[in-house]
Amino acid sequence: MPAAGVVMIIAVLAIVVALVYYLVSTIVALRQIADGLDEAIAGVGEIVEKSRPVNDVVNAINGQLDAGVDLLEGLLVKKAGLSDAMGLIESVYPGAAAAGLRNFPESTSVEAPRIGEVYTRGTLTLARLGREAPIAGASPAHEVLRNVEGGSLAARLLYPNLRQTSPENLPNSPVIGTDAPVQYEQRDDIGAPRRRLPTRRP
Amino acid sequence: MTLWWIGDVVLLLVILPVVAYLLRGVLEAARSIVPSVRQIATVAAAGSKDLDAAALLLTTRDQVERTVAGVANYGGSLDGIVDDAEEKG
Repeated sequence: MPAAGVVMIIAVLAIVVALVYYLVSTIVALRQIADGLDEAIAGVGEIVEKSRPVNDVVNAINGQLDAGVDLLEGLLVKKAGLSDAMGLIESVYPGAAAAGLRNFPESTSVEAPRIGEVYTRGTLTLARLGREAPIAGASPAHEVLRNVEGGSLAARLLYPNLRQTSPENLPNSPVIGTDAPVQYEQRDDIGAPRRRLPTRRP
Repeated sequence: MTLWWIGDVVLLLVILPVVAYLLRGVLEAARSIVPSVRQIATVAAAGSKDLDAAALLLTTRDQVERTVAGVANYGGSLDGIVDDAEEKG
């Protein structure tokens, strides 16, 4: 065999050895990749399985919270009026009035009274709950928050009609005690044994 | 004979280096994927573990339902107790 043939064989063998080495190494790396992907797929499968009900549950929660927001917004505006409601919101959460109420788009254009500069949060809450509270008549710069005179009508209606006629004299309250003009005798039979036992029905 | 030697030179100086270069590139690419895949597997396992609390959302939903129902009851009572706002003329 000529020397050129021997060199040729050696060259081919070298190529084959290089092919074997690199291909086997590549196969090993690919097997490691496959194993890693198996682990990843298992983890992703668990994620998919665990997160499957999340969408429905979160949607249900959001629906419930939306209903709660609608209820509270509607109640606040109904009871306090849109302007005062925005003032109350601004006083409790400064800056929140600019965002407005979700169900009242016109609330963003309402000029909220500066309630928070005058009253504490607890007083504000009472003021909003009790429309008759006369505390809101001292807003320093804006309009009066409460019509005290008109707002007391509801409170006055709680009393008997006689008081609403504003009479000069009202009947005195009854006097009780040992010096009371009307004394009631103490009954002896209270707490004593019964004089007659109840008869049994046949 | 000259062609034999030319073929040998081409094999040793051209084909063998090119084959080795290409295979080395494939091997390095495959090896570079392995740590990434392991990181993905680790992150997926951690993500799955983080979602263990997702089942508690059912409890949260029930609590929210009960809370909103309570708020609705309070709101209804307040609606009956407190006067509505007076409309400004």
